[in-house]
Amino acid sequence: MMTRVVLQALLSHWWRRPLQLVTLLFGLALATGLWTGVQAINQEARSSYDAAAQALGQGDFDRLVAQGGALIQRQTFVDLRRAGWLVSPVIEGRYGRGEDRVTVIGLDPFTLPPSAGAPDLSDDNDLAQWFSDDGLIFVHPETQAALPDGLPRAIPNLSVAIGEVVTDVTTAWRLLEVDGFSHLIIAPQQPIGLTPLDDLIPSLERVRPDPAGDIAQLTRSFHLNLTAFGLLSFAVGLFIVHAAIGLAFEQRRGMFRTLRALGVSTRRLVAVLAGETLVLAILAGLLGIGLGYLVAATLLPGVAATLRGLYGAAVPGTLSLDPAWALSGFGIALAGAAAAAGQSLWQVAKLPILAPAKPRAWAMAMDRSQTRLALAALVLFAVTVVLLIFGSGLVAGFLLLGAFLLGAAFLLPWVLSRLLRLAAPLARGPITQWALADTRQQVPGLSLALMALLLALATNIGVGTMVSSFRLTFAGWLDQRLASEIYVTARDSQQSEDVRALLEGQADAVLPIRSTDIRLEGQPAQLFGVVDHPTYEQGWPLITALDTPWAQVASGQAVLINEQLWRRADLTLGSELALTADWALPIVGVYSDYGNPEGQAIVAQAELLQRFPDVSTLGYAARTDPAQVEALRAALIDIGVPAGNILNQAEVKTFSLDVFDRTFLVTAALNVLTLGVAAFAMLASLTTLAGLRLPQLAPLWAMGLTRRHLALVELARAVLFAAITWALAVPLGLILAWVLLAVVNVEAFGWRLPMFPFPFDWARLAIWAIVAALLAAALPAYRLARIAPAQLIKVFADER
Amino acid sequence: MLLTVDAVTKTYPGDTGPLTVLDAVSLSLSAGESLALMGESGSGKSTLLHLVGGLDTADAGTITLNGTVITGLDDRALAELRRTQIGVVFQQFNLIPSLTVVQNLAFHARLAGRLDETWVNTVSERLGLTTVGARYPEQLSGGQQQRVAIGRAIAAKPALLLADEPTGNLDEDTADTVMSLLVDLTKEANTGLLVVTHSQARAAALDRHLTLSKGSLA
Amino acid sequence: MSVKAGIIGLLLAAAVAFSALAQGFAGLGQEVDGFKNPERGTPFDFPADHGPHPEYRIEWWYLTTNLRGADGQDYGAQWTLFRSAREPRSDDTWNSPQSWMGHAAITTETNHFSAERFARGGAGQAGAVGSPFEAWIDDWKMVGADDLSDLQVTARGQDFSYDLRLEAQGPLIFHGDRGFSVKSVEGQASYYYSQPFYEVSGQIQTPEGAVEVTGNAWLDREYSSQPLGRTQSGWDWFSLSFDDGNKLMGFLLRDTDGDTFTAGTWITPEGETTALENGQFQARALDITDVDGRQVPTTWQVMLPSFGIDVTVEAVNTQAWMDVIFSYWEGPVRVSGSHSGIGYLEMTGYE
Repeated sequence: MMTRVVLQALLSHWWRRPLQLVTLLFGLALATGLWTGVQAINQEARSSYDAAAQALGQGDFDRLVAQGGALIQRQTFVDLRRAGWLVSPVIEGRYGRGEDRVTVIGLDPFTLPPSAGAPDLSDDNDLAQWFSDDGLIFVHPETQAALPDGLPRAIPNLSVAIGEVVTDVTTAWRLLEVDGFSHLIIAPQQPIGLTPLDDLIPSLERVRPDPAGDIAQLTRSFHLNLTAFGLLSFAVGLFIVHAAIGLAFEQRRGMFRTLRALGVSTRRLVAVLAGETLVLAILAGLLGIGLGYLVAATLLPGVAATLRGLYGAAVPGTLSLDPAWALSGFGIALAGAAAAAGQSLWQVAKLPILAPAKPRAWAMAMDRSQTRLALAALVLFAVTVVLLIFGSGLVAGFLLLGAFLLGAAFLLPWVLSRLLRLAAPLARGPITQWALADTRQQVPGLSLALMALLLALATNIGVGTMVSSFRLTFAGWLDQRLASEIYVTARDSQQSEDVRALLEGQADAVLPIRSTDIRLEGQPAQLFGVVDHPTYEQGWPLITALDTPWAQVASGQAVLINEQLWRRADLTLGSELALTADWALPIVGVYSDYGNPEGQAIVAQAELLQRFPDVSTLGYAARTDPAQVEALRAALIDIGVPAGNILNQAEVKTFSLDVFDRTFLVTAALNVLTLGVAAFAMLASLTTLAGLRLPQLAPLWAMGLTRRHLALVELARAVLFAAITWALAVPLGLILAWVLLAVVNVEAFGWRLPMFPFPFDWARLAIWAIVAALLAAALPAYRLARIAPAQLIKVFADER
Repeated sequence: MLLTVDAVTKTYPGDTGPLTVLDAVSLSLSAGESLALMGESGSGKSTLLHLVGGLDTADAGTITLNGTVITGLDDRALAELRRTQIGVVFQQFNLIPSLTVVQNLAFHARLAGRLDETWVNTVSERLGLTTVGARYPEQLSGGQQQRVAIGRAIAAKPALLLADEPTGNLDEDTADTVMSLLVDLTKEANTGLLVVTHSQARAAALDRHLTLSKGSLA
Repeated sequence: MSVKAGIIGLLLAAAVAFSALAQGFAGLGQEVDGFKNPERGTPFDFPADHGPHPEYRIEWWYLTTNLRGADGQDYGAQWTLFRSAREPRSDDTWNSPQSWMGHAAITTETNHFSAERFARGGAGQAGAVGSPFEAWIDDWKMVGADDLSDLQVTARGQDFSYDLRLEAQGPLIFHGDRGFSVKSVEGQASYYYSQPFYEVSGQIQTPEGAVEVTGNAWLDREYSSQPLGRTQSGWDWFSLSFDDGNKLMGFLLRDTDGDTFTAGTWITPEGETTALENGQFQARALDITDVDGRQVPTTWQVMLPSFGIDVTVEAVNTQAWMDVIFSYWEGPVRVSGSHSGIGYLEMTGYE
């Protein structure tokens, strides 16, 4: 009963200040929402990696693979079966090009272990067609929307991984123009008394594949990136909540005292307040999960495009509800509320009954804590330096960033106060003088929101600089790398000969593109074979190389590798790289290879073809007078090459840059969201502070300032805060960009990029920051401009 | 006549119909003259002060200050009036916490655009504030804060100084001192002084007394 | 043994997890374009006919053995190779329309072990050849003399294996009208011949260990294109060897409307046969056993009045369930009553 009375008294506060309640709820919901959204995206991606691993014909089985990635002969499979081994053949390969490229997986349903999941052919026609010469394919509905030309009839099936095409081995052979198997699945249960595999077929290697692991490894950096963004948003949101809860406790200090004086025990008071916080957290958590779902559902298509473009990882563009991330959202909302309310509850617990009313005590405490925060900032900077010198790896990179950014944020109130104090003597008129002095007094109350703004702005500048630098480098690299004027993919090996003949007659030079998938240094990689042509020497951008690298490669005695492989495997020029079990070549150069998640190596084409006679021979690049490109294209179409298989240089560049831009769409979206949260933090702080500020503004009004004038001063103050914070965020953002480019990128993608400044972007961000601040200050300012004089007069009459 | 209040009426909406706070009140005050407005709590004396100071608007009647009718002026004109003609001193002092004593003292004068450093210094000296000029309001005692508030008002040389229970938060001795300083300084500046107080002792220091009762002058 | 005809399409269907394959073969009674149908009076051509007949839809090499171990226990062993065709042709590409399925099992008095294998035709993973005779799927083999008089049979699964030597003590026998065996009143039929006179020796291995065994074996060969009536829902098939040297093959086809169709062959020790008309062979369930929730008759009364047969047929192990994708009951039996002996029982349609 007593608890109910106490609760009623405490809750009446919110009833009278609905906006403050909304601020608190929405702040916590926003923080929870962004975090939950990011978690939902990560969860969706991870479960789709798992699903891909569990998808049709994949299963979690040991595999037999040939060394060097060569295909396994049909007879080898039959021999193993006739020796009693329960193995099932799988042929995998890529089909189509560009956007629509799919992975074709050919299966043998007869020998597929039951747990591998065979396609459902419960229709007579499907069954007949599966085994027919035409064949039948199963694809995920999302893949079906954009399939390359030339595939058999497709049946949608949700258990096929996105971007994959499941069909019979014989159909796959025809589509991929190969004969043999990529690997043999080994059934987990084998008959008794078998001859060991090593004795039967020593040339095959038994491997424990981790298809989810490969993708998970590649995409780890991306998800860590997202998580970091989520945490940042959450931290920013927590600033809001901390401010709102702190203020609500402060404003009710008098009520707490009265309740205590009326005989409510401290314990009960704290318990009721904790209960109140819990209820608020639950409400906000629910709202936050809803918000998170919206965020995730909105961002997921972009993320899916990114993951596909950057890593080749297939993730559906639609979100499924998963209780895991919803629960994690609840947890984080509760934890956030507890963290934000803990300090205040502690203070209430220690509140003496007869403490004098100190309405500004909270702000004063914040003022004192400026120094403490500044000291904490120094500690964090020290951590940053230590991590920079001794840390290694992606996690260390992000920790470094976190420590640095948090340190900078902690230092902000102290720096702002000092700056405003230094600026005070510069004030001309009395209003300016007052505004500056008053602004300095506002720093404690606004510092949390300003820290949030600083983080958001610095992240924007840092990530923006990173992305723009990357794009500039990437575009320049594309210009060099895409030296050939036209790129052609023949439909089949028969047409391939026609294409070659035509190109040899009409183009200045023909550069056949030959490649195969292998494993280098234990990782999936591609091996390219190039012909000896000056195009490579002139155009191919090398980061570092020994003398005459291309001549050495052309002689078949050397290999070039991409930057990713070089950095990941820590290889050195001149050392030998094992390409297959019995083929190793010295590394003579390293080239940039942006946008490619896998390792890559280049050898002489003749050597490649000799060792991998089965490689696809469909791709050609050709040098020609740019004016002749259209004529050449027409000639190619005349001999039956599909128009979609002919790309000119400009198209490839456009396509590549398009993929690039979509890749960083999510980053941009999260940037905007974070800035939005920071703006809301300011709005929340300014709104809640507005009530407290009335006693300070009323005398000015009494002395002859109009309410409108006061409101304009309030707006100007917000702009000033935003401008100073932005100015501080620029150097901070640049340091962030440097860390991203020189530390995180190298760890995450395997390449290092030069950094370029983009002052125009910073200026635009300054405008956005000011707009955000104006928007945040607009409501409190508007309310001030329209406040009833009686409200102001009351300030003078109120017994405080 | 510095100030003429003619049949001013003010009504507030109340729970049981309109509540008449001031009912056709009339009074006048000349430059340099001081007047004590007395009366019980709720008699309408503060409201009258607010109306005269341009902080609130009357429902009927006219108020004329220095020949200007201020009833019916718009927000902007009222603000200018307060800035240039009126000085106010409240019970809670209402200093600007972010400014030092010196800055607070000069503040209204600078707002009014007629800062006279010599006069400000004189006022500061007369109020005994020279030694605390660099302090912030929260570092002062209540009596000191009220002196700063009085100084701030007088330093701007207003035509009319309004004080609402200026000594209400002070002990008897301090109240006496503060009140006589207020009267002396307004006389020196030839400023009209209107003080709302419920204390006979304080009222005694002033030239004239009027008592309000239930919205009418007794 | 034409009854087994029905199983094969279904088995293969379910086996490759294509339930549609099942539907595709569900109408086994129908005429199918291009496939040959058995004709009365067609002479066999050995050893070629011991090999596969791709122009017929289904075919099998079906061996059941009653064994006695050196440990005194009774055992049964089964080895079956099924062939199924989607089209009446054969080639040695991986697109061949021929499919293969193998079943192997060992039944002990207390346990039953089974395994299955599947293979596409044309790949070489499974197949059969008339001369030199061999039938195989993976490492499971039935190989030996072109006249099937002397065979080596091996198979293994996850928990068992066997290696048996079979020597025929009598001639091949032909069911129905010189091997033309009618399967229903509507006239569905198959080619059906057997070698029921094998003496067996060899070794079997189960989780309990390896045991030397000796005994008798019965090989069925059957091929057809439309073996079952449309409404036939299951069958009970008996192969009995009496102590006096006579043998009896008989089956009961159950119809969905409760009607039954029976047929069979009486075989003398010399290999002389008498085809049994519908109704001559009679079988009646005496006792039902619960096998993993299925109600399976494991004790039967079998009567053939014209030969003075009135016997009780009892399963050696009532739990001899073939736990394969399309499952059924198959195991050794003991015979008592007017005659005593041993035999094998197969029952389908008790799902």
